[in-house]
Amino acid sequence: MSDLSEIKKKAEEAKEKPATYGPDIDLERYTTEAPEHDEKELSEIEIVDRQKLLNAGVDISGKDRSGTFIQVDSSVIHSAPSQEGIEVIPTRRALEIYPWLEDYLWKVVQVNTDKYTARAELEFQNGYFIRALPGVKSIFPVQACLYLKSENINQNIHNIIIAEENSELDIINGCANESPEAGGLHIGISEFYIRKGAKITFSMIHNWTETTAVRPRSGIRIEENGVFVNNYVCMHPVESLQLFPTAFLVGKGATARFSSILLAEKGVYFDVGSKAILSAPEARCEMVSRALSTGGTVIARGSMVGEVPDIKGHLECRGMILKGEGRIHSIPELDARAEGVDMSHEAAVGKIAREEIEYLMARGLTEEEAVATIVRGFMRVDIEGLPPILKEQIDRAIEIADKSLL
Amino acid sequence: MLEIENLTVSVEGKVVLENINLEIERGETRMLFGENGSGKTSLLMAIMGLGNYKVESGQIRFKGEDITDLPPYERAKRGIGIMFQRPPTIRGLKLKEMLELIENNGESPEELARKLNLSEFLERDVNMGFSGGELKKAELLQLIAQNPDLVLLDEPESGVDLVNISLIGTAIRELLQKDLHKSRMKGGLIITHSGYILDYVEADKGCVLVNKTIWCTGNPHEILQGIRERGYQACLTCQK
Ligand SMILES: Nc1ncnc2c1ncn2[C@@H]1O[C@H](COP(=O)(O)OP(=O)(O)OP(=O)(O)O)[C@@H](O)[C@H]1O
Ligand SMILES: [Mg+2]
Repeated sequence: MSDLSEIKKKAEEAKEKPATYGPDIDLERYTTEAPEHDEKELSEIEIVDRQKLLNAGVDISGKDRSGTFIQVDSSVIHSAPSQEGIEVIPTRRALEIYPWLEDYLWKVVQVNTDKYTARAELEFQNGYFIRALPGVKSIFPVQACLYLKSENINQNIHNIIIAEENSELDIINGCANESPEAGGLHIGISEFYIRKGAKITFSMIHNWTETTAVRPRSGIRIEENGVFVNNYVCMHPVESLQLFPTAFLVGKGATARFSSILLAEKGVYFDVGSKAILSAPEARCEMVSRALSTGGTVIARGSMVGEVPDIKGHLECRGMILKGEGRIHSIPELDARAEGVDMSHEAAVGKIAREEIEYLMARGLTEEEAVATIVRGFMRVDIEGLPPILKEQIDRAIEIADKSLL
Repeated sequence: MLEIENLTVSVEGKVVLENINLEIERGETRMLFGENGSGKTSLLMAIMGLGNYKVESGQIRFKGEDITDLPPYERAKRGIGIMFQRPPTIRGLKLKEMLELIENNGESPEELARKLNLSEFLERDVNMGFSGGELKKAELLQLIAQNPDLVLLDEPESGVDLVNISLIGTAIRELLQKDLHKSRMKGGLIITHSGYILDYVEADKGCVLVNKTIWCTGNPHEILQGIRERGYQACLTCQK
C-alpha cells in the first residue's frame, strides 16, 4: 500500500512539531538503543520489579488475568492470552499475521499530530495488539505492562485494541520504570476500535518516577451502542506527563466514560484531559476527574463536541490543593454544534474546607484523621473495572496528604 | 458540669459575645433563647472550640477542667457533643461510615438509624442534599452514637414536621436521660425560638441572649411567655 509511504512522509514532516499541550521535550536527551530481551514464561521473568508492577495493577503470576503482555524497553518479553477468543500479540507480529491490520494504523490517532506521534512511527519498536473476537467476553482483565529499564531510554509503543461486535474486553494497562536514576521517555500510541454493541474497559495505572517523561496518544472509535470506559490513575511522581485521549462516538447510542484520579506531589507536572466528539444521535459521554496537589501542578482538561442533536455529555472536575505552592488549573470546554445538544460541566477547585475539618473534629476525630477522611471522600469516584490495588494507591495518597499538612 | 466565666468571643474580628457567665449542672437541661443574630450559635460553637469563634477573654470549664484552649476533638473526647445548625456536606463519606468513625458504645449504624427512621440515608453522603428536617435527624443520629455528657442542640425542632418532631423529641429525651431523676448525669443546652421542643423535653431553666450577653435566667416557660408578650429587649429592663 502506498499508504505506508504516505504515513512515513507525514511523520518526517512532523518530526519537529511541538505538541499543543504540555512542556516541550528534547528528544535528543534520550536513546532508543537498549539491550534485547527474549520472550519468557511468566514464572521465569526476573528482569522487572514485581512489586512496582503490582502497584501498577499488573500481577506477573498471571493469576486472575485473561492474558498478559509485557514489554521492557523495546523488547516484548511475554505476550499470551489465557482465554479462548482473546488475542494478545506483539504489534509487529500481528501485522505479519494479519495484513489487514495495516488499515488500523494511524486511523484514530494522526501520525503528524506532533513530534511524539512522528517519533513513534519513525522509531517504532513494538506494542500490543489485543482483540476480543465477536461475542467473546473477557472473564478476567487482560493485563499489559510497559516498563522502562535502561538509562535514558525512549520507548516507542504502538498498540491496537479491537473489540469485535458484542464482545467485552477488560484491560489493565500498567506502566512503571525501574528506578529514578534511569530517567526515560515513554511514548505510547493506542488506537481503540469498538464495534457494534462491544465494550472496552481500559484502566491505565502509571507508576513512574520523578525523572520520567510520558506522552501517551490515544484515539478511540466507538460504533453503534459501543461502550468505552477509560480509567486513569496516577498517584506517583513523574517529571512531566501530558495526555489527551480523543474518543469519536460515531455510532448511534455510543457511550464513553473517562475517569481520572491524580496526585501531584511537589515538582510534578500533569497535563491530563480527554476529548470526545459526539457525532451520532443518542451518544453519551461523561468525564470525571479528581486532582489532588501537594505541591505539584495539574492542568485538568475536558473537552466535548456535540455535533448532532440528541446527544448528552457531562464533565466534572474537582481539584484540591493541600499545600500553598500547588496549582490546579481546570479547563473545561463544551462545543455544541447542533440544537438539542445537552452538555454541562461542573468544576470546583480549592483547598480543603476548614469548616468540614472542624465538623469532623467536633465528632471526636483528630485533625489528621479529619483531613484523611475528607481527602479519602474527595478522591472517591465510583469507578468501574478498576483493580483493588487502587484502594491502596489512594490510601498512599492520603498518607502523603496527611504528612504535607503537619 | 459546664462553667463559663466572663467569656468574650469574637468572630472575624467582631465581638459577638461579651462577658458571658453560665453554669450548667450535671443532669440539668437549659434552654437558650435570643433573637436572630444574637449570638446563640456562636456560644455553642465556642463551647465546642471551633476555630472561627475566638475566645478573647474568660474561661470555659468542663467537669472541673479548663478546656478553653483545647481543640474540638479533645472536648468531644471529654464528653461534649453538638448538633450543628448548618452542618457542612462531606462528599464521598457515607453517613454509615461517619457513624462508624464516631467512637460509640458498640451500637451498629443500622440499629441507630432505625430509631430515627433514617435507614435509607446510611448509604448517602453525609448531609448531601438532605432536607432541613433530615439534617436535624442526621445530626441527632450522630449525637446518639457519640452519647455525650453535655449535649448542645442548635434549634433541634426548626424545620421539622409534626410527626418527626415527636421522633426527635423522644430521642432527645433519651439522650438526656430524662427518665432518670437523681441519677441523671447528662446535661443539655438547647437553643430554641418557638419552644416547641419543651412539649417533649422538660427544661430546668431558660435564659436569654440579648446585647451579646445572658440575661434573665429562670423558668423557661415564663421566659418564653415574656418574650412572646414583650419581646427580647424587655429582658434588659426586667432583671428577674
Ligand atoms: N463567620 C462569620 N463571619 C461574620 N460574622 C459572623 C460569622 N459567624 C457569625 N457571625 C455574626 O455573629 C452574630 C451572631 O451569629 P450567631 O450565628 O451566633 O447568631 P444566632 O443567635 O445563632 O442567630 P439565629 O437565631 O439566626 O441562628 C451575627 O451577627 C452573625 O452575622
Ligand atoms: Mg443560630
